[in-house]
Amino acid sequence: MNATNSANELRGRSDRRGLGPADGDDGDDLGTRLRRADTTDVAALVDATLRRADAEGLVDVGWVVEDTPVGPLTLAATLAGVVRIEFGGGEQVLEELASEVSPRIVRLPGRLDGVRRELEEYFAGRRRSFDVPVDRRLSRGYRRTVLEALSREVPYGRTVSYKELAERTGNPKASRAVGSAMATNPIPIVVPCHRVLRTGGALGGYGGGLDTKVWLLRHEGALLG
Amino acid sequence: MAQDQPQGHPDQAARGPRGVGVTLGRGPRQGAASHGGHPRGVGKSVTLPPFQSLLDAHAPDLHRFLVVAVGRHDGDDLFQETVISALRSYPGLRHADNLRGWLFTIAHRKVIDQARRRVRQPVPAADPPDVPQLDADTIVDAELWDAVRRLPPKQRSAVVQRYLLDRPYAEIAAVIGSSEDAARQNVRAGLQRLRQEVTR
Repeated sequence: MNATNSANELRGRSDRRGLGPADGDDGDDLGTRLRRADTTDVAALVDATLRRADAEGLVDVGWVVEDTPVGPLTLAATLAGVVRIEFGGGEQVLEELASEVSPRIVRLPGRLDGVRRELEEYFAGRRRSFDVPVDRRLSRGYRRTVLEALSREVPYGRTVSYKELAERTGNPKASRAVGSAMATNPIPIVVPCHRVLRTGGALGGYGGGLDTKVWLLRHEGALLG
Repeated sequence: MAQDQPQGHPDQAARGPRGVGVTLGRGPRQGAASHGGHPRGVGKSVTLPPFQSLLDAHAPDLHRFLVVAVGRHDGDDLFQETVISALRSYPGLRHADNLRGWLFTIAHRKVIDQARRRVRQPVPAADPPDVPQLDADTIVDAELWDAVRRLPPKQRSAVVQRYLLDRPYAEIAAVIGSSEDAARQNVRAGLQRLRQEVTR
């Protein structure tokens, strides 16, 4: 086909059908042919656009999905720091962040470079604590107090019971509240809720699954066998 | 102001402060808290969907629309400008009705702005035609694309929305900011003009 044929085709159609209302499929061949024009890698263009938007301060939350030895993790960060880590690569967590932090949330791998590197080092056994800034805005009140105490006081390779952690926050009877603080930890692994066990050493629960909790504790040498 | 909000919604009042959670009339999200999860948002109010979901759903069509309307090179530029403008005003939206139409309205306005700039600073006639990709399949339509790009912006948007993106007239009307009848008329006039140009 060449331009003349295209033209003839168009003319043929108009001869056949007249130049009536455009409601039919008169122009569909136009659409089919114009569609072939689009050969750009739109994904690459979107990435470039979002990097530019980030430079202009228009990305409130950037996220990426990272493969790790404990499966894919969705990592999300505000300009203040890592705000959320979620096991798996689901859409659900993006919707939560859109409603709880900002709807200006887009895939922005560069925003997560720091935490990706530190996680990689952690999983490779070359890092024992995390230095990247965290944004704790998703934790409030006592839960936040407990998670901060956990980050501060329970180092790599150690474990603590819900009750002990309650005591360390000056609230010895609050082990149930400590449990719910762990259950709602927005930044697992970096904020090490996997190091919190039941009194007597039973595992308790874990959002990433008990297998993951066991994996992390063994990795840190906190659990033998 | 009205053009900063998705079309077809009565609530076109002044925008709220940027970044404030925007409440919408949808029901609560489902799903239960899990360990390593975090507290749910408050009850009945729902914020706008993640901007990423708009990109996932509409970026390819948005790009196609702009490339056909203004050519490959400018299409890429206007795509970036459209997305950045959209991000800028997104948190100020007061509802999430027809976000696709809202995005394409921004894109349509970029095309019009560009057409105005072009009038002020005409491109040298010696410029090679701005044709997306000169392979065997596409080269034949260079003439057609050129003709599309010579249409007045409203006709251009209307024709592209109708025939490239298969959009209903109601949505085309929202995008070009006209009545449905006028949208129909713009499509009709655009097609007619295309036929004249391409068969000449």
